[in-house]
Amino acid sequence: MVLLDVEDLITYFETRGGFVKAVDGVSLQMNEGDSLGLAGESGCGKTTTMLSIMRLLPSNGQVLGGKIIFNGVDMLNIDEDTLRKEIRWKRMSMVFQGAMNALNPVFRIGDQIVQTIRAHQDVDKRVAYEMVEELFSLVGIEPKRARDYPHEFSGGMKQRAIIAMALACRPDLVIADEPVTALDVVVQAQILELMRNLRDKLGLSMILITHDLSVIADTCNKAAIMYAGKIVERGDIVTVFKHPEHPYSQGLLTNYPSIRRKRQKFAPISGRPPNLLFPPPGCRFHPRCPYAEEICKTKEPEILELDRGHYVACHMKNL
Amino acid sequence: MSHEKPLIKINNLAKWFPVRTGFFQAIRSSERKYVKAVDGVSFHINKGEIFGLAGESGSGKTTTGKVILRLLEPTAGNIHFKDKEITTLGKSEMKEFRRRAQIIYQDPYESLDPRMTIFDFVAEPLIVHKIGDVEKLVTDALERSELTPPQEFFYRYPHELSGGQRQRVAIARAMILNPEFIVADEPVSMLDVSIRSSILELMVKLREELGISYLYITHDLATAKQVCDRIGIMYLGKLIEEAPIDELIDEPLQPYTQALIAAVPDPDPTIEKSKAMIKGEIPNPINLPPGCRFHPRCHYAQDICRKKIPELIEVKKGHRVACHLKT
Repeated sequence: MVLLDVEDLITYFETRGGFVKAVDGVSLQMNEGDSLGLAGESGCGKTTTMLSIMRLLPSNGQVLGGKIIFNGVDMLNIDEDTLRKEIRWKRMSMVFQGAMNALNPVFRIGDQIVQTIRAHQDVDKRVAYEMVEELFSLVGIEPKRARDYPHEFSGGMKQRAIIAMALACRPDLVIADEPVTALDVVVQAQILELMRNLRDKLGLSMILITHDLSVIADTCNKAAIMYAGKIVERGDIVTVFKHPEHPYSQGLLTNYPSIRRKRQKFAPISGRPPNLLFPPPGCRFHPRCPYAEEICKTKEPEILELDRGHYVACHMKNL
Repeated sequence: MSHEKPLIKINNLAKWFPVRTGFFQAIRSSERKYVKAVDGVSFHINKGEIFGLAGESGSGKTTTGKVILRLLEPTAGNIHFKDKEITTLGKSEMKEFRRRAQIIYQDPYESLDPRMTIFDFVAEPLIVHKIGDVEKLVTDALERSELTPPQEFFYRYPHELSGGQRQRVAIARAMILNPEFIVADEPVSMLDVSIRSSILELMVKLREELGISYLYITHDLATAKQVCDRIGIMYLGKLIEEAPIDELIDEPLQPYTQALIAAVPDPDPTIEKSKAMIKGEIPNPINLPPGCRFHPRCHYAQDICRKKIPELIEVKKGHRVACHLKT
C-alpha cells in the first residue's frame, strides 16, 4: 500500500535577495515497510523536503505547490490542530539532525520522553513512564537508566534515546535526518543495526536523509538522489547504486571511497552546486556535467521512468 | 614508496593531561590523576609516505599529531626529525623546524581567520619567517592548490568561499614554506562527500610533486584506504596495530581493528551489511583498565589480557600488533 505520495512539491524560502528555490518539483513514492534513503550534498534541499512533509518549515519557508498524501490524508490541506493531534508524532515522527545534543541538560531523559508522550496521548505520568522503560529496552538501553540526566549518557546512548522518543507513539513513518553523522564508526554500526532491527520488528517505514551514501546502502531498500532542489534519480537501492544513470549520481558513487574496493584515481565532479537564488536554466546540473549538450542548457529535463521503478531526469537518457 | 631512512621517528611518546581535582579530593589522596591521552606510542614515517593514524574519538590520534609538532609539549618520549631530536630544541631551532613541518586542521570554517583576506592569510608564514617575494610565492601556492586564477582570490575573505575552497586555502598556507612534513588532522571530514575526493586528490598530487610526507589523522578508514601507504590504529592512547594499509584492511589481527573494519558501511548495497562486533563505547580515559586496554570489550579476552599490557610486536614484515593472543 502506498504510504507516502509526494507529487511535484515546491518549497521556496523568502529572503532579502529573493526566493531561494530550495525544493523545486520533487516527487517521491513510498510503500508501507519501505526504507527510503534521500541523498545529496548540503544545501540540496533534502531537509527542506522533509520539513515540508512534516509541515515544520520555518516562517520564511512556504510550500507553493504540489501534493503530499500521507496515509490517505492530504497533508497540505489539513488544519494545524488535527495535524498536531492526529498526525505529527503519532503517525509520522522525526529524528532531527543533532537532536541528541538538544536534550535538555537539567531534566532527566525519561521525563523528557514522558513529556513528549503526554503531549500526544492521554495517559497519566506513571503509564507514560512505563512506556518509556519499554521503549528503552526496545532500543537497547537499560530501562532504569531513564532516570539519568543527559550528561550521564554517551553519544550512542543519547541517539538511542532520541530514537526511542521518535518511536514513542508507534508511528508508521520515521524520518531520520543524519542520524549517525556525529557518531564514531563502531557506534554508528550499532545504531544502524538498531534501525534495521526496529524496521523489521515493528514493520516501520523510514526515510533516511544523509550525505553518506554508504549509510543508505547499509539500511535502505529505495534511494533518491537530490541535486539543487530536484530529485535527479530514484529507484530501488541496487539499481540506483549499482547502475546509476544520471551523471551526477554516477559522479557521486564512483568517487565514493570504500574500504573494500581497490584503490583508484578519483575523478571528482568539478565545480560546485549552484546558488538556489539563481539556479541555472535548463538542467541544473549542466554547468558541471561532462555530457551536457545544447538542450541541457535551455530545457529542464523531466524525471521519467527509464525502467520499471527507475526514474531519471536527464535529456541524454530520456531520448 | 621509498625505503629510505625515516623522516620522522617517534619513540615511546606520551602526553598526560593532569585532571583538575577539588580541594578536598586533593587532601584526601596524594595521588595525582592523569588523562593518558597518548601513552607510549612509537612509529616512523618515511620520506614521501602517507601514514594514517585512525581510531575513534578519544583514542589520542589528534593529540599524537599535535605533540609531534610540539604544539603540545610531550610528557615523555622522543621525536626524531631527520636525525634531529625535536623535544629538546631551543627557540630558534624550533622556528626552523616549524618551516619544515606544518598542519592542516579539520574544520576550514574555523581554522581561517575571518578578518584576513586570503592573500594575507596565505602570506602570513612568509612574513613570520621573513621570506621575500611574497606575491609570487602566494600566487604559486594558490595555483598549486588549484585556486585559479589566484589573483581572483587575493582580496576575498573566507566567508566568500565554499568549504572545499577554504580547505584549499588552508593547504596553500601549509605548503607555502615548502614543508617536508604535514600533519593533516581529519582534513576532509567536515566537507561534502563530492568535495572530499578532490581535496584528497590534491594532497596526493602535492606528495608526488613535492615529496611531502603526511601524517593523515582520520576516523574514516575508507578515505585512509584511498590515500595512505601505511596505517596505525589507536585505542585509548595506545597504538594497537600497524601495517601497510591493504594488509591491515584485508587481514586485521587485533580484535579491535577487526571490529572497526567490520563496522564500516559500504556504498555497495549488495554486499554484507556493517556489523557491530563490539558493544559499548570507548571508556573514560581517566580510569584505564589494567592489562590490555581493550580487554573489557574483547570477546577473546583471557586471564593474561586482564593483567599484562601487551606490547606492539612485529608478527610479519611491517605488520605490528599489540595482542597477547596473536604474538
